[in-house]
Amino acid sequence: MKAIITLIPLLPLFGFVVTLIFGKRLFGKRADVLAVAVVTVAWVLSMYVFYHVFTHREDALQVQLFGWIGSGSLHVTWGYYVDTLTAVMLLVVGTIGMLVHYYSIGYMRGDEGYYRFFAYLNLFMFAMFTLILANNYLLMFLGWEGVGLCSYLLIAFWFRKKSASQAGKKAFLVNRIGDFGFTLAMFLLILSVNTLQFTGVFAQVGSIGNTTLLAICLLLFMGAIGKSAQFPLHVWLPDAMEGPTPVSALIHAATMVNAGVYMVARSYPLFIHSHAAMLVVMSIGAFTAIYAALIALTQNDIKRVIAYSTVSSLGFMFMALGAGAWAAGIFYLLAHGFFKGLLFLASGSVIHAMSGEQDMRLMGGLRKKLPLTFWTMLTGAVAMAGIFPLSGFWAKDEIIGGAFRAGYYWVWVVGIVTAFVTAIYMGRLIFLTFWGENRAAAEVQHHIHESPKVMTVPLVLLAIPAAVLGMIVGLPPDGGWIHRFLEPVFFRVESEPFSWIGSGGLLMLVSLAVVLLGVYAAYVMYIRSRELPAELSKSFPWAYRASFNKFYMDEFYEVSVIRPVIDGANWLWTFFDVKAIDGSVNGLAWLWDRFARLIRPLQTGRVQNYAFAIFSGMFVLVIVLRWIWGS
Amino acid sequence: MGWHQQIGFPILSVITYVPLLGALLIWIFGKGRPRFYKVVSLVATFAALVLSVVLLFKFDSANPAMQFAEDFMWVSRFNIHYGFGVDGIAALLLLLTTLLGCIVIIASWNYVKDRERGFFTTLLLLQTGMTGVFCATDLFLFYVFWEFMLVPMYFIIGVWGGPRKIYAAIKFVLFTLVGSLLMLVAIIVVVYYTYKQGTTTGAGGITFNIQELSRQTFPYGLQFWAFLAFFAAFAIKVPMFPVHTWLPDAHVEAPMAGSVLLAGVLLKMGAYGMLRFCLPFFPDAAVAYIPYVAVLSVIAIVYGALVSMMQKDLKKLVAYSSVSHMGFVTAGIFAAIALAGNAQGMEGAILVMFSHGILTGALFLLVGFLYERTHTRQISEMSQLAKPLPILAGFFLFFVLGSLGLPGLSGFVGEFLSLLGLFHYSHWLGAIAATGMILAACYLLWMYQRVLFNDRGDDEVKPAISVRDFGPREIASLVPLIVFAVWVGVYPQTFLNLLHVPVQTILDRVLGPSQQAHAHGLADLLHAARGLF
Repeated sequence: MKAIITLIPLLPLFGFVVTLIFGKRLFGKRADVLAVAVVTVAWVLSMYVFYHVFTHREDALQVQLFGWIGSGSLHVTWGYYVDTLTAVMLLVVGTIGMLVHYYSIGYMRGDEGYYRFFAYLNLFMFAMFTLILANNYLLMFLGWEGVGLCSYLLIAFWFRKKSASQAGKKAFLVNRIGDFGFTLAMFLLILSVNTLQFTGVFAQVGSIGNTTLLAICLLLFMGAIGKSAQFPLHVWLPDAMEGPTPVSALIHAATMVNAGVYMVARSYPLFIHSHAAMLVVMSIGAFTAIYAALIALTQNDIKRVIAYSTVSSLGFMFMALGAGAWAAGIFYLLAHGFFKGLLFLASGSVIHAMSGEQDMRLMGGLRKKLPLTFWTMLTGAVAMAGIFPLSGFWAKDEIIGGAFRAGYYWVWVVGIVTAFVTAIYMGRLIFLTFWGENRAAAEVQHHIHESPKVMTVPLVLLAIPAAVLGMIVGLPPDGGWIHRFLEPVFFRVESEPFSWIGSGGLLMLVSLAVVLLGVYAAYVMYIRSRELPAELSKSFPWAYRASFNKFYMDEFYEVSVIRPVIDGANWLWTFFDVKAIDGSVNGLAWLWDRFARLIRPLQTGRVQNYAFAIFSGMFVLVIVLRWIWGS
Repeated sequence: MGWHQQIGFPILSVITYVPLLGALLIWIFGKGRPRFYKVVSLVATFAALVLSVVLLFKFDSANPAMQFAEDFMWVSRFNIHYGFGVDGIAALLLLLTTLLGCIVIIASWNYVKDRERGFFTTLLLLQTGMTGVFCATDLFLFYVFWEFMLVPMYFIIGVWGGPRKIYAAIKFVLFTLVGSLLMLVAIIVVVYYTYKQGTTTGAGGITFNIQELSRQTFPYGLQFWAFLAFFAAFAIKVPMFPVHTWLPDAHVEAPMAGSVLLAGVLLKMGAYGMLRFCLPFFPDAAVAYIPYVAVLSVIAIVYGALVSMMQKDLKKLVAYSSVSHMGFVTAGIFAAIALAGNAQGMEGAILVMFSHGILTGALFLLVGFLYERTHTRQISEMSQLAKPLPILAGFFLFFVLGSLGLPGLSGFVGEFLSLLGLFHYSHWLGAIAATGMILAACYLLWMYQRVLFNDRGDDEVKPAISVRDFGPREIASLVPLIVFAVWVGVYPQTFLNLLHVPVQTILDRVLGPSQQAHAHGLADLLHAARGLF
């Protein structure tokens, strides 16, 4: 078992090194061979580990490889820890990672950086596996920064485009701000409990003071905010859509952005002891959920709509964790990984067919021409909107139902409103893309074609869990298999069993009704009377502009952070460094020079001048000495 | 432990003088034979590198004594010895010196066109000087090497430098000399005081032996001023804010090899001096100075990073980033002596020294290689170079990532530990310093984007210029650095194990039972200072 767990991250790392250095020469046009092979093997191994955990739920697997950093009293090992939470993540990361690799064979074919792309994907898999398998915070941080790096590399994959290289840098820098919090949290942990090992930290939670614990939780959550694109550090994720679509599916929907959620869930024993921190997590999550959904309403780029929906979904997950519905949050993570990965890959298939066009206003009527893409994408959209009985419905409902039962009624309201808005924009996406007339140029229309098998098969394979997963692992609500599976991680809070006929069923009915209302609204606006959206935006221009411009967050940062830092740094350099510090150094030299010039006439080289100086000096000396001794 | 017991020949002297021997050979036989003097340089530096690796294998990291010690009487009138020996810290820096020394020879193979023989001779002389600094166990001998090293560096900048080479070379020498003369005065004071006290063993009670001087107890007033004099010399070398302005000028004008050795080795001597002299000689003063040094270090970290961000010249950018990174070193060293159980601060600081030598050395090599191809260092004149130069771009990215502290590479481990030490000393200073890791990502990735990616607008896609990508020579000079960067990042134990004992020795000395009450506030310091007169 130890060897198997060790191999899971090691295989993609091997694939990365070989593909990057020798890929072009060794495999030529088939630079994907090794990359895809190692990921497939890693998937098989992950499934084996998952099965093992499945059958031995109670005992977590532990692997200690070697001592990593030992200095002073600090000892950090390189080791892995697999419990049921890790197993769920292995399932998501391994499966979607592998499918995206296969999909990429078709999507990236012919790109000049083909080998580079697969090398980076492999590196990502290594980092992501390390992140979820790590048995301590520092190793998790290694994976955490590693996935951030891959995100940077893959967003800026087409580096000759300014927007792409800009977006890559932005993603890395915004994440770094979150990582600053993560780092300080680790420092506080080391100073409080002198270890970063999960088991060690959690065993000593009681010995951490309340204020320190709150600080640790909030700083950890700051890291999660960055990685999982929560308000106010969400600004990098929509820009990240500059990357190739498989990257958006893998990194920016199904796996990496979940890392923040995973980290908070992993730190469950810390958060559970800090009510204030939980409240912050829930509030940020709830706010982000509705905020991002409102932006998604008016975006025209198909990938950006899905990106904002991802931000919103991640908000949902944090809302769940903060409200104490831990297992429900992970349930949503699992379901979301499949349906959001699917949505992105399907949108990639659409973009592929539309010769690279991403603007939904120029699409339409693709239902007939791309039947497989249409049906799979519809599955994803329905799941995302949360319509019975697809996976999103069960997961989302557990979260808002959970908030209601925990007494957070305002959160429930936010959840319901978000669900309504979500239904509208998902409906808008589907109707604009697949219904009506195609609005693209004739040239583009001529090329519309269904994607090759290597791309559509992964779509189908993702559509299946997106559709049925909820019914398998989530029934009965609040007590489904996923809850029992995660029981060893999140101690079960005893609550009344779910009642179909009663408050539970009623809440479910309400949310379903709201969602259906949303879909109907989208149908009215984008199919029946298409002039309605334009009229609406004219009647509420401020609301439309605020949503369309993402509530001016980028502009706000530009004015409040970036400009001041740049201007300040420029002042420090051009004035303080060059003029003040170096100026005084050179000024000193200048003074010395002046002084030397001043006394230079003394050294004339003429003997009579020296003789004169000697005699006048002696004369003065004699007078002075006489004056001293004379009296 | 002497070399007799450990290896059978005076290995430290051999490592030190092999380059000198090479220089002599070149001087005598090398005229008009470029192939000969290049090969001799390579062989000499490579031999030194191999020997310093052998030394590490034979090194006993559990032994607190100076190892491979050599000791000969030199000037018996003053009991000055020719004394060589290394502890773990010096051994690590010795490895760094010989590694970079060998690599710059490879990298400079075709770099200078003018007076090439002299260039290689000077590089070899410089290496002898640098090696001697780390090996010397006699204060006088140390000072001789410390000053000797200035001469070849002066010529490397002043003869083979850029347009403002004379200004830069003189500035470099003047800055360093101001510090070293202060140090010389302090050395005389310290030795004279022990002589007067008669507390030492040895002929006539006079001693220059560093270890013996480290056991003396000096009165607080003397410590206060002597510390300041030593510290000035080393702070200029590091360089710490605000005595750093010689560094950007020196780097910009120096040829590639000069920049690499300057950043890679010479800066480390400042921090090495603090560890070797400032702390063990003057423990009470050192403790009293902690807050000031810590604040200056944190300013250096943030200030260096911010100023680096605005640079238009690649070399200046890397030079200011060095100011920032070396801030982690001084912060870690002084945080470690602030309170017990904070050894990781100092070990981290030393690891940063090693790692910065590797990564920044590599960055200067890369800037040099870029310059060979584009004949400019202005960031604004480059764009999208990753297209014609994919291999260069890959190497560049690796070292940029190392330098911004990506976990798994060497920069992270050291910075994490030294920051942890600083955070232990003061949460606020630690938090401010940690923003340095955000800012490092800002200036490095922004630079990388402007030079190798695109920040000019989508329309302006430059036609691919036809320049040669990396060949075997460039790759050979960078791959060893990659190996070390990954090694330190993934398995730093190899290096940390060397450091545990010497670091503990220093800490025991500083934090051990003190004969004098530690003064803390500025008022106490001034009071102590007044007591001297």
